[in-house]
Formats: sequence, structure tokens, C-alpha cells
Amino acid sequence: MCLGVPGKVLEISANSLGMAMGKVSFGGVAKEICLAYVPEAQIGEYVIVHAGFAISTLNEQEAQEVFDLLVQMDALDELRTE
Amino acid sequence: MRFVDEYRSEEDARKFIQAIEKLVTRPWTVMEICGGQTHTLVKSGIDRMLPESITLVHGPGCPVCVTPLELIDKAVAIARRPDVIFTSFGDMLRVPGSRSDLLSVKAAGGDVRMVYSPLDAVALALKHPERQVVFFAVGFETTAPGNAMAVWQAAKMGLSNFSILCSHVLVPPAMEAILGSPDNQVQSFLAAGHVCTVMGYREYEPITEKYRAPIIVTGFEPLDLLQGIFMAAAALEEGRWGVENQYVRSVSRDGNVPAQRQVAQIFEVSDRQWRGVGMIPKSGYRLRQEYASFDAEHRFGVEAVTAIESPLCIAGQILQGLKKPHQCSAFGSVCTPEHPLGAPMVSSEGACAAYYNYARAM
Repeated sequence: MCLGVPGKVLEISANSLGMAMGKVSFGGVAKEICLAYVPEAQIGEYVIVHAGFAISTLNEQEAQEVFDLLVQMDALDELRTE
Repeated sequence: MRFVDEYRSEEDARKFIQAIEKLVTRPWTVMEICGGQTHTLVKSGIDRMLPESITLVHGPGCPVCVTPLELIDKAVAIARRPDVIFTSFGDMLRVPGSRSDLLSVKAAGGDVRMVYSPLDAVALALKHPERQVVFFAVGFETTAPGNAMAVWQAAKMGLSNFSILCSHVLVPPAMEAILGSPDNQVQSFLAAGHVCTVMGYREYEPITEKYRAPIIVTGFEPLDLLQGIFMAAAALEEGRWGVENQYVRSVSRDGNVPAQRQVAQIFEVSDRQWRGVGMIPKSGYRLRQEYASFDAEHRFGVEAVTAIESPLCIAGQILQGLKKPHQCSAFGSVCTPEHPLGAPMVSSEGACAAYYNYARAM
């Protein structure tokens, strides 16, 4: 239930109440998703979707941090073995 | 970047395991709060790859598991009514109540439907003005913004045939209940990344100070979890505490402010019963007075329903991290995913189901 899944925003529109909705693709499967909580989201960006609602826009730069840490750990290892 | 496969590399996972092995000099106990994280840890085998000195205990973050039995019985009572379309996320349908479950109600002719989003339930109410549509609004802070939006929309459209059966729970009070217990063994927490995506992590700052337990906001992919465990172990080894954010790609300190505003407009904090744990003060949400007409308990007069738990099930101890699923006498024998005694065996986020499906300690 709490499983949030990243998906790519394909279209942004508004429903009859003026609420932001959009088409979001999950590995090729597109779903109608509420975008009211991510007013900053742009077409082409990735959002985390939870039970039909996008709850965050993913930051591509910060998404790299885990790998940066791995690279740093490798560099430290090399220093130690030298 | 697709934000999924990148975080599942075996080679990178091994690097983290080695880094954790190098780091730890003493035994440490870390609890992952969220059942989704438990599922990934067990499925990917991280729990078996970690050095023995790191003990992972599984937390109460499974909404299906902590929804009180009374509420399942109330759901069953409402879903049996011929005028009702009862809607729910799929994983609530098989949770056993005292005598029946929602799937059995459906098999007996009740109109019980699985929905993907609470907005689907609102759409059903719009389509069937002659029927009462009820949505089973359970979950942690992650589902609250969606459920709040559903109520807000129904109010905006003047729908008098929509209501919710509400059992919302909150993570920080549960964390405090665990840390404050005399039996507590947890020294550090992996906080649930999507709960914090919505709420931010300011609420955890007083908790980490009070109990001097490091809290690491952690994502859901294998590499996220390994990095979270690495960060927890590093803090514990160095005698540090504080809130650290592993899941920076989705979580900010303030969280999702528009979502928090919508939640605060519809819900207010209230005491809540947690299945297997008991009452935790100020640990959930109920509808605000202005939206009380959307409360299904009141609309269908089921407030007085009470329930009886199976005496065999030790779900309460499992949800508090005091016991592991295989330490239950019913595990895998009289209690299986096909015939569950307790909720942790039902949900894919439940610790018992994860242990059963991935053959832990059988």
C-alpha cells in the first residue's frame, strides 16, 4: 500500500474541478495520476506515485549521490592499499 | 536515469556490504519502520548478506497489519449492506476479521471493489448516485494526502453518497512508543522514505535527541537500504545521533507542503488503536468536525462493533520488533498466506508473509 513507484510525466492537464492531473508512464504502462501535490513537475520529469497521487518530483542530481558515495569508498580503498 | 534498475546492481550492493563489514566492531540492532522496506530486505537477501553483528528488526509500518480488528469487522458489516459499494486497496480484502473478511463478503454477493486510487471511489459515487460508496481509508502519512483529496473533492461536488471508513496512523508516535518501551532493543531506525517525502523529517529531530538514537530517512531499493544501514552503523559506531537523509532524491526536510496543507484541512490528529500494539496517544488522524458527515462509522452506525483476536497470533510482538515471525508456533502451520490468522501474514508488506514467501528460518 505504501509502495511508491517512480514514473515519467507524459502529459499534464486539469480536471473539471481545476485540479492538476496527468498521464504518467511506469515502464511503458501509462496511468492517469493526480499531480496536484507536485505543481513543480514538468513533462519528461520523474515523479514518485503513491495510490494514484504523485508525492514528489525526483531530483536527478541528488539521485546520483548513492553512486558518488560508492566511488568515494573505492577511492579510499585504493588509498589504503597503496 | 530511470530511478529503479540503477539501485539494484549486485556489484554495488556487494561494495556496501563490504563497507559495512569493515565498519562494525560491535553488535547493533536497527529497525526498518516500513513493511515495504522489510519486503525488499528479505526478497533481495540483504538480511542474510549483512555481517552477523547487524540485527535487523522489522517495524510496525504495515498499514494492513496495524488496522484494528474492530475496523475490519466494521468494514465487513458495512460491505454486507445491499445499498453499499465498498471500495478498498486490494491488500485489505483478505485481512481476517473476527468472523469474516471482505473477500468472503464479496463471494457471498456483497459489492466489494478493489480500487487503485481513492479518487476512483469518488468517481464511482458520481456514477452511482443511488448507491452509498464507502472507501476504506487506511494507511500511514503516505496515503493521507490522497484520502484527504478524495474527501475534499466529494465535498466540492456535494456528493452525499460518499464516505470513508478511516483508520489513519502516524509513524513518529509509534517510533516513540517503541523507543520508550522497557523491552526496547532498537538502537537506530531506518525511517520510511515515502512517509518523509510527504511529511519531511522535522518531527524526528526531537525524537533522535530525546532517545539518542540515529534516524536515517531511507528509500526502498536495495542500494538505498544498504546505504541507510551503512549510515546507521557509522553513526552508531561513532556514538552520534541525529536525523540523516539517505533518500535525498525524494525527501526534503520540510516535505511536501501542499500535501500537508490538504491533509490538515480534512483531518486532525487523534488517539488510535494499533492492532497488536494497543492505543497510542495522538498516533492517527480522524476527520475534522467540518467533514464529519463523510465518516462511514457514523453514517452506518457501526461505532459499537467490538472484536476478538486469535489467541495464537503474536502479531503484536512481531510489530514491535520483540519477536521474529518464525518464533510463532502458528507460523507456516496453522497460519499461512492462504489461511492467515493475523494481518502480518496477509499483506505483501507484512513481516510474516515476507518470511513465509522467501523461506526464512523454515
